Amino acid sequence: MSTDSNSDFPWDSKVPEGPLADKWKNHKAHIKLVNPANRRKYHILIVGSGLAGASAAASLAEMGYKVSCFCYQDSPRRAHSIAAQGGINAAKNYQNDGDSVYRLFYDTIKGGDYRSREANVHRLSEVSGNIIDQMVAQGVPFAREYGGLLANRSFGGAQVSRTFYARGQTGQQLLLGSYSQLSRQIGLGQVKMYTRHEMLDLVLVDGHAKGIITRNLVNGKIERWAGDCVILATGGYGNTFFLSTNAQGCNVTAAFRAYKRGAGFANPCYTQIHPTCIPVHGDQQSKLTLMSESLRNDGRVWAPKEKATAEKIRKGELDPNKVPDEERDYYLERKYPSFGNLAPRDISSRAAKEACDDGRGVASTGLGVYLDFRDAIKRDGKAAIEERYGNLFEMYNRITGDDPYTTPMMIFPAVHYTMGGLWVDYNLESNIPGLFVAGEANFSDHGANRLGASALMQGLADGYFVLPYTVGNYLGEQGIAKAGKVTTDAPGFAEAEAEVQDRIKKMMSINGKESARSLHKRLGHIMWEYCGMARTEEGLKKALELIPKLREEFWTNLRLPGKEEELNPELERAGRVADFLEFGELMCRDALMRDESCGGHFRSEHQSPEGEAVRDDDKFAFVGIWQHQGDDQEPKLIKEPLVYEEVKFTTRSYK
Amino acid sequence: MSDVPKVVIPSLAKKYLMAGSGLVLVLFVLGHMLGNLQFFLGPEVINAYAYHLHHLPGHPVTLWIIRLILLTCLVVHVWMAVLLTIENKHARGNDSYAQKHSNVASYAARTMPVTGVVLLLFIILHILQFTTRVVPEDYNATIGEAPIEVAHVQIEFFDVFAMMVKGFSDPLFAGIYIIAVGLLCMHLSHGVSSMFQSIGWRNEIWRKRLHCIALLYGWVVFLGFAAIPFSVLAFGHGKEYLADKEAQWAAAPAVTTEISH
Amino acid sequence: MKLNLRVWRQQSHESPGGFGDYTLSDVSEDSSFLEMLDILNEELIEKGEEPVAFDHDCREGICGMCSLIINGNAHGPETATTVCQLHMRHFSDGDTITIEPWRARAFPVIKDLIVDRTAFDNIVQAGGFITARTGSAPDANEIPIPKPIADKAMDAAACIGCGACVAACPNGAAMLFTSAKCSQLNMLPQGQGEKDNRVLKMVAAMDDNGFGNCTNYGECQAVCPKEITLDFIAKMNRDYATAKIHKFFGAAS
Repeated sequence: MSTDSNSDFPWDSKVPEGPLADKWKNHKAHIKLVNPANRRKYHILIVGSGLAGASAAASLAEMGYKVSCFCYQDSPRRAHSIAAQGGINAAKNYQNDGDSVYRLFYDTIKGGDYRSREANVHRLSEVSGNIIDQMVAQGVPFAREYGGLLANRSFGGAQVSRTFYARGQTGQQLLLGSYSQLSRQIGLGQVKMYTRHEMLDLVLVDGHAKGIITRNLVNGKIERWAGDCVILATGGYGNTFFLSTNAQGCNVTAAFRAYKRGAGFANPCYTQIHPTCIPVHGDQQSKLTLMSESLRNDGRVWAPKEKATAEKIRKGELDPNKVPDEERDYYLERKYPSFGNLAPRDISSRAAKEACDDGRGVASTGLGVYLDFRDAIKRDGKAAIEERYGNLFEMYNRITGDDPYTTPMMIFPAVHYTMGGLWVDYNLESNIPGLFVAGEANFSDHGANRLGASALMQGLADGYFVLPYTVGNYLGEQGIAKAGKVTTDAPGFAEAEAEVQDRIKKMMSINGKESARSLHKRLGHIMWEYCGMARTEEGLKKALELIPKLREEFWTNLRLPGKEEELNPELERAGRVADFLEFGELMCRDALMRDESCGGHFRSEHQSPEGEAVRDDDKFAFVGIWQHQGDDQEPKLIKEPLVYEEVKFTTRSYK
Repeated sequence: MSDVPKVVIPSLAKKYLMAGSGLVLVLFVLGHMLGNLQFFLGPEVINAYAYHLHHLPGHPVTLWIIRLILLTCLVVHVWMAVLLTIENKHARGNDSYAQKHSNVASYAARTMPVTGVVLLLFIILHILQFTTRVVPEDYNATIGEAPIEVAHVQIEFFDVFAMMVKGFSDPLFAGIYIIAVGLLCMHLSHGVSSMFQSIGWRNEIWRKRLHCIALLYGWVVFLGFAAIPFSVLAFGHGKEYLADKEAQWAAAPAVTTEISH
Repeated sequence: MKLNLRVWRQQSHESPGGFGDYTLSDVSEDSSFLEMLDILNEELIEKGEEPVAFDHDCREGICGMCSLIINGNAHGPETATTVCQLHMRHFSDGDTITIEPWRARAFPVIKDLIVDRTAFDNIVQAGGFITARTGSAPDANEIPIPKPIADKAMDAAACIGCGACVAACPNGAAMLFTSAKCSQLNMLPQGQGEKDNRVLKMVAAMDDNGFGNCTNYGECQAVCPKEITLDFIAKMNRDYATAKIHKFFGAAS
């Protein structure tokens, strides 16, 4: 795919020519390099220390570049990559079940509902094997078989076992692996690590990304940092919904600031909603906890057939175990007889929502359905179930106080991952030269829906195996004469710093009545209601009216205690919420524009009689990129056409 | 951090020194106890044992080497204990917890520094009383010497048996002694199993076992040592022997002789 | 339920701290402990007071950011549980709950309940890694690792670096943390190349950062949310001795 085939796409996605399978190899052979002796003259700024950020920082530092890495947490080891449970995919074919690079590529494209960029996905699949090699060499204790070789499990959306795992803590182990490599470089002095630093703006010099502005979260100092390029690995924006499986600190600020400086934001409406989370228990809840999808192998999902029954359960007047089978609606088994309880994530999520909307939900809030192990325990025995899910049952018990062996587990869908992100070309470089985006923060690999165990793969692929080459290409193109020449005195820095200061001062001086948390929660309700699992034109339009009003309230009625120049968690939160309030609008705008259903984006107007998502490839086979045009103007939509050279559009069916 | 004192001896090296010196002292205590128990075999046996101890091959250098080793171990053990206590107190920081719950640390473990200090004082007292015998002159004289047989030759040697009986006849002293060996038992019950951990010879399976072994060892040592004052006080063991001696002395005060080592 | 809270308040590392007393009514027993603190903070903001600063992030027990001493227990009364997964149903109506930060010389208080745990990062930077240049790794199945060893390494690797071990240790020692990372790598075949140097450097870093010495109390193991055992400390002690001997003979790896 080249740009001239589509003259109305103004940017270049830089997808190399040649057969799909050779693109990356050829590209690597032809891009610019930087001489090892010259690398130390370049300074690279990396924001974020998760899988993508830490691995990029470690690899680039190891090559000889000077790297500064920033994270808002107290240690790079805390990044939210750590929370991934299930595993990491790789096309190793260790299980002899016919896996290959092509198969992984194909599954990922199909899983993404044909909305990802083909060449990027193929590259991801190509380097997936190297990731496993690399992580094993670093001492990541992946699960093994008795013979000492690596074990695999199977995961959703695939017919092969290609998922590598370390108990239920794969993300943690991979992150700690990358963190150890990052730590090594910090110890060697190649990386300077700045923890408890939050990026609040991007600085452009002559149109290139050359610096950032941060706030030191301990003493509130606003600081300028200049470098030869900037890499954002700042994660996803699931917290726009207030309640999600993301960490409390996850935010869109860094990416959104880049957007405000002109970077394109691609597909912001693509959100993955995970069907098996522990339901909300009340209005004070701060976080939704994911229960592994694997539970659906043995658990049966049901809701009461009658509203009256559900109401009795909600009030605690009826024990769910006493509900006879004929009064239970095993709705997944009923609606999708062939897939049953293992229906895809988006379908299961929507079906649960329908049951609850119907007034048949359980849990005290009415937002929950049962995942019942009664029959599995009867069939296989408690010991077998404990062997398979013991740790998950324990976690469930710790959080809810219920014992899933005797009381059916309650689940409800929750926001989990965001496929959209800053637009990047094949080099993971945004439309702002010198601004690279990696991991969940970019958009390229998962299309409209991410398959399980692919997020870890993508973060590490970007950081270990893509950026070290493509960043060098950019720096090489810039030339050694420019290396390390930008200082914080350059025009752009003072201006950006002043804007950051003004924004903070403005927030501090509102002296209103409502806390940032409360405003965030209200935004979350709007987003969940109108831009959640099922979206309609009417709802989205309503949200587009409500969000600006809420934003107005934020800027007139925010109460922000404490001072600027000290550790002030409320100030941190307020800044993030301010950006969510703008970003939420962009998500709704994108969801409204995308008048089709695809993957995680479900427009109720576009569904088959069975409730499946119906794509419109003629009109919407493109990446929807939004470009900021100024605060009082609507953003511009730019379309990157999705041209598939290798695969053909088909209707995604898991029946 | 500027307020951190420079660590001169690596933390783990301190642990080895603590464990190593502790091991020597642990073995010494066992030997000492076995020696003491010969008290029950009568004056001839324990006095002969004392004589042999003082006339080991290479006499008198050997005994002094052993004493020097023991003293070094004691000094190292105490020195490390002092360092550990000071450094650990410092590492804890200035603000202490308003409320602190102890989950598993045993009473013995938490009182190691206290029992250690008491034991050190006791050791000094013990050496002054029984080894260097810094006591009133007539006290030694009362004990005098006793005949023993060495290589079929009858010789006169300091009467250890009498000394023990006399010492333990004083209920105050015997009480202090029993309490001290009680504390020693506690000190050992944590120390012995801790020693294995410090040198890395302990795991989750053996932790409980070693803990039992240490506790058992502590009790054996306690009972072994405490049996002597107990029998003297409770059953008047050796009292007759001492009374005889004192009667002799009252009749014809013996000439105080130089104690030969 | 109604709760009386005694919360440690400290403006900065330099300023002295003290307890603040607060009363909360209407706390749901389904709330997590941190959600209870969220409620407290919302009330404080409402009243125009400064909210309590505390560290937290993932709230699912894995990031290791949350760090509170609750009624004298690191991470509260439940075993194998981080504060974020502790729920209010383990407390009763009318309880007085004392909340303090981790206390140790090496973990200075930054504000209220937030402490600086950079010292842990310093220990890892000294040697808690395997040198494996990106892109140079052999095939992942080239070196089989017996399952028991891989499992044991995973037990150690489960450490979340929260610092409860240091907070609970009467000596403020970081042995459990250091030994978990060190032993994980020293156990695996990939880690053999740097085994001796790793343990020597990590222990030196541990000492230099102002942590105390281990006296084998076992308090660390009792509070560890990931149930890491003293075995790893014993292993580190062993590895250190071996490394010292190797070094003495000029044969350290």
